[in-house]
Amino acid sequence: MIVNQFLVVAAALFSLGVYGLLVRRNAVMVLLAVELMLNAVNLNLIAFESVLRTPEALGQIFAIFVITVAAAEVGIGLAIILLIFRNRRSANVDDFNLMKL
Amino acid sequence: MDWFENGWGLSLIVFLPILGALAALAIPKERESTVKQWSMLVAVVTFGLSLIVAFGFDLGAAEQYQFETNVPWISAIGANYHVGVDGISLPLLVLSTFILVLAMIYSWNHWEEPRNPKAFLILMLILGTGMNGTFVALDLVLFFIFFEVVLLPMYFMIGIWGDKSMRQIPGFGKEMPTRLYASIKFFLFTLFGSAFMLLGFLALYFKSGEFGGRTFDIPTLAAHGAAGDFASWGIAGLVFGAMFLGFAVKVPMWPLHTWLPDAHTAAPTVGSVLLAAILLKLGSYGFIRIAIPVLPEAAKDWAPTIAILSVIGIIYGSLACLAQTDVKRLIAFSSVGHMGFVMLGIATLTDVGINASIIGMVAHGLITGLLFFLAGSMHHRYHTREMSRLGGNLKLMPRLGAILSFTAMASLGLPGLAGFWGEFMALLGAFNPLDGLSVGLFRGAMVAGAIGTVLTAGYMLFMLQKVNLGEPSEEWVGHEFHDVDRYEMTAWVPLIILIVVIGFYPKVVFGATTDAVVNMVDNAYAVDSTASLDVSGS
Amino acid sequence: MNPLVLAAEEGAEHAVELAAGGAATQWAGLMLVSPFVAFLLIIWLGKNMKYKGGEFAVAAMGLNLVIATILFFQNAQGGILNDTHIFEIGRIGLFEGRDLVFELGWMVDGLSIMMYWVVAFVGLLVFIYALGYMHGDVRVTMFFASFSLFAGAMLILVGAPNLIQLIIGWEGVGLASYLLIGHYWEDLDNVRSGNKAFLTNKVADVGLILGAIFLGMGIGDFRFTHINEAAAAGEAGLQTVAVAGALLMFLGAMGKSAQFPLHIWLPDAMAGPTPVSALMHAATMVTAGVYLMARLFPVYQYMAGEAEILGGIITVRGLMVGIGAITLLAMGLLALVANDLKKVLAYSTVSQLGYMMTAVAAGGYTAGLFHLFTHAFFKALLFLGAGSVIHAVHSNNMTDMGGLRKDMPHTFRTFIIGSLALAGIIPLAGFWSKDEILATLDYEGYTFVFWVAVAGAFVTAFYMTRAIALTFFGTYKGHGHPHESPTIMTGPLWVLAVPSVIAGFLNVPGLEFGSFHNFTTWLAARVVPLGDHHPEAPDWGLAAIGLGAAVLGIALGWLVFGRDADTQEARDRLEIPVLYPLLRAKYFMDHIAWAIVGFTMGPAARAMNWVNTYILDGIVNGVGAITMALGRFVYGGVDQRGIDGFFNGVAMASDAAGSAMRKLQTGRVQQYAAGFMVGALVLVAAVAIFR
Repeated sequence: MIVNQFLVVAAALFSLGVYGLLVRRNAVMVLLAVELMLNAVNLNLIAFESVLRTPEALGQIFAIFVITVAAAEVGIGLAIILLIFRNRRSANVDDFNLMKL
Repeated sequence: MDWFENGWGLSLIVFLPILGALAALAIPKERESTVKQWSMLVAVVTFGLSLIVAFGFDLGAAEQYQFETNVPWISAIGANYHVGVDGISLPLLVLSTFILVLAMIYSWNHWEEPRNPKAFLILMLILGTGMNGTFVALDLVLFFIFFEVVLLPMYFMIGIWGDKSMRQIPGFGKEMPTRLYASIKFFLFTLFGSAFMLLGFLALYFKSGEFGGRTFDIPTLAAHGAAGDFASWGIAGLVFGAMFLGFAVKVPMWPLHTWLPDAHTAAPTVGSVLLAAILLKLGSYGFIRIAIPVLPEAAKDWAPTIAILSVIGIIYGSLACLAQTDVKRLIAFSSVGHMGFVMLGIATLTDVGINASIIGMVAHGLITGLLFFLAGSMHHRYHTREMSRLGGNLKLMPRLGAILSFTAMASLGLPGLAGFWGEFMALLGAFNPLDGLSVGLFRGAMVAGAIGTVLTAGYMLFMLQKVNLGEPSEEWVGHEFHDVDRYEMTAWVPLIILIVVIGFYPKVVFGATTDAVVNMVDNAYAVDSTASLDVSGS
Repeated sequence: MNPLVLAAEEGAEHAVELAAGGAATQWAGLMLVSPFVAFLLIIWLGKNMKYKGGEFAVAAMGLNLVIATILFFQNAQGGILNDTHIFEIGRIGLFEGRDLVFELGWMVDGLSIMMYWVVAFVGLLVFIYALGYMHGDVRVTMFFASFSLFAGAMLILVGAPNLIQLIIGWEGVGLASYLLIGHYWEDLDNVRSGNKAFLTNKVADVGLILGAIFLGMGIGDFRFTHINEAAAAGEAGLQTVAVAGALLMFLGAMGKSAQFPLHIWLPDAMAGPTPVSALMHAATMVTAGVYLMARLFPVYQYMAGEAEILGGIITVRGLMVGIGAITLLAMGLLALVANDLKKVLAYSTVSQLGYMMTAVAAGGYTAGLFHLFTHAFFKALLFLGAGSVIHAVHSNNMTDMGGLRKDMPHTFRTFIIGSLALAGIIPLAGFWSKDEILATLDYEGYTFVFWVAVAGAFVTAFYMTRAIALTFFGTYKGHGHPHESPTIMTGPLWVLAVPSVIAGFLNVPGLEFGSFHNFTTWLAARVVPLGDHHPEAPDWGLAAIGLGAAVLGIALGWLVFGRDADTQEARDRLEIPVLYPLLRAKYFMDHIAWAIVGFTMGPAARAMNWVNTYILDGIVNGVGAITMALGRFVYGGVDQRGIDGFFNGVAMASDAAGSAMRKLQTGRVQQYAAGFMVGALVLVAAVAIFR
């Protein structure tokens, strides 16, 4: 089986995610970009697993872990964004410099 | 009293103060007198226990560790809870518990702003645990922990109760409170040194693995050192240097001394006293207890350097004293000079020199402790420490003035008072340093040290002239000064008596130390180093 | 028992048996303790007593005098005592299983008994005198406490069986000296005088302490008996350090005994009350240096004396004799121009100490100590007399005195006795002891120094005559009407006058008092082979030279200062030319005197004074100023700017770096993420390139 096509797609997805992460100003879009990157990683994991065929099916297992973590992350992320939006009336990440000392 | 003798007596001395501090936490802040009485009780009991140890101590076997406890503690790294006293640590342990009691008596009605006796006393008790622990610890990890424990209480004492004035530090833009500057400087300096010290300890730990098991145990490591196991170790000099940094900052040796004048000047009275009387000794004690017995060969290589730095410290400290305008700062700088004599004694690596350094430590603890008490009391009354504004103190407060004169005389090493023996014997030791050390260099150091005593006399007389003698300045005319009060007298008289007693009967100290020192020096330098020590079962 | 003592000189006619001493030597230890007990009692109870605690001081000294007298007679009659009582105060293990032992104790031998007796006798009289003199002073209690402290320290010093105890006593008397010079510490000038005395002595003490280390470590023991034995036996360990140790010891002795050029503190020390000057700065404390030289005499005699130093130009002994000789003449000249009565006596004391030091250094063990012995009486007498005068006229200055012989007959007569004894007029004490010194110098072949000493005798007689003339003759120039001092003060004067007259007979060559022997025997100089010279009969030729010089001095002094009572004050200013024709018109002898005095001694004395004031004091003050400046430089320049600056610089750099780095933390998540990406890309690129 040839994995190159899968890797190309995954790389493209990842790059899109990076692009979105860096340039989008809307917090929700940033979060979605992160999802995109995670899914690119998932694609890679499964593609490699199908070639390497480890006995414990590590690739699939990690992909499922990533999906789980991503779900949790989106849950918490959206909750935070919602709270900030309520307080600041804005979902623009430029306004979010709460982390600055 | 069986449990006391062969087990837990020392541990009680070490941990009683901190347990007392924990209990004191439970007392409400408003009930000041209860807190005071409780802390005093704890300190007195600790002192009493140390006296029991001192009287139960078998002077005939002073070279052995007595009241020893050795149980596994962190078995993963082979660190044991190992404590014990021998003739070297005994005088210092008693001094430490004793000074703590006196400090409590003094602070009974001397509270610096922002008062809060409870917090202050708790810090003092924690300090007590750290000091006592360092003197009895026979395991490097334990030693390191106690060595570091003293930092925190002192940091807070200086940082919270210290000098309130603002100070412009060269190079920094804003003025900052003197106490903050001093406390941070103190903390960082010591921490800087101890980081290297820890590295040294770790190097010893791993190296000892080559000779029958990695260990942090000080007696075992010393036995390795005595057997010459570390003699051919390429980096022994570096390891000694790392430990040197840690101890030298604490002593403090020139040029690592600059934290000391600031810390002493800024600290509250009791803080200065404890700092001068006990904390400085932790460094020089470390040399005697750890650095020299474990790495005798490296110590020999380093000895000339230590001697030169000590002599520079003696002369330099005295000269700096001559330039001071602040009484407390003058006393602080005098410590640099006096500890120079202590280190000169150690650098000779002889019985005489190391005995000199121990009695020098005890004497310095008593004398400089008393001087800081006096400086504190004077500040309390005059609200200034500027010598140009003082004068005629002897007329305004005859008793305080008389005690100040006495202490100044003791500090300049007047024979017949405690300070003399440390200085004289350090010079005596430098006359005949250990075989193999440059006699010329050490005799040069001896002469320079002797000249240092003249300078010491010079600045002490200068201080007396400025502060004590002459007519009081206009400023104080009409002021009512109350002379030494009961608490001060109670705290000072024991010190005065001890200074005289040790001056005329130094055997009080030598009786305990000499056998231990002889044993230590003989083991480190006099036995044949053919047979490597075999330590099994660890 | 000290083998050195047993090795009695072969064939010595006067060899005397040794005595065990018995109980009295044990009780001798009380002498060393009683003044300290008195000290504590004075501080504790003194304030409320009639004489403000002076009672205790007197009682302690009385007790000491009793013990010392018993010992004195035992030593003189029953055979030479040689007993040492010690107890250990510290023991340090040395290498090879040897121990270094520190001990305190007391020695009872001829030398120490003589010193005990002098200290106790003169001390008691001065204390009694001080009861009257100090009456009504601002702090009598403190005075007597310090005075007792001095007595105790001095006895510890002279009773010391080893160098360590000697150092303790030595610095103890230095402390008492500091306290008493600065007795009136409200005046900072007195405080400065005290500081000067203490620091000058401290400089010398460096020599003492290092010398003690050299000698003590040479044989691993600080006991005098052992050091002296080792010196006599020529022990190699001591031989190597003997010269350095001996020279350092001599430096210490120079400080305490005010030898040129370390004499500078003594005249200033006159700021203390007069009894202090009498006991400490004349009779006892300042003789400690001479005592030390005598105590370690064998070291100088057998090991160090003839050793060459300074590249072989001079021997140790030559150096010591030279310094003593300079001191005795130069300081005598200074006494000629001083106007302060106490300063005249102070310079005189320094000069006499020069005699003692010269004698001991030249090998005259007995001669030096005998002069110490007699000098203690008449110089204490003179100081107490001066004190009596000062008490009456309330001024130290001789220009405020004059004509006091009628108002103060007792003081006048005793002062005359003291002066004659000091000048060396036969048969008073000073004559015999000075003669013995001259005989020693002659015997040891120091011809030049011999003539210097003769010149010194002339000068001594001259300045004492001047002092008497200006004080007791002529007309009174001060204020008020002076009265004779009370009996409590004149009594001690008369008591001191007795030994000033007769003490000299104790060591007249050839004169023995049956079983009582003489001074030389008491000091055991004959039983201990010290190489000491004591002639069998007086050399009247030498005596005549010394006596002649003294008589000449008195005669010239009287001609210049005594006869013309009204102008003596003016004449004292030798440089005033107006007086010159006047003098010539009146006395032909005056002319000669004037020629000698005005053109040789006047300028010489003034030159000496100039050197003393501007060069020596200048050096001292300069050293002080330079040290202070150095201190300021070290503190301000090196410590605060250099070392502390370095550490502050490190802290500041860390702080600045922190501030700079903090700007990177914008709080923008996207910027951080961009940072990650760049980092990841760099890593990937690095892997790709360097793989």
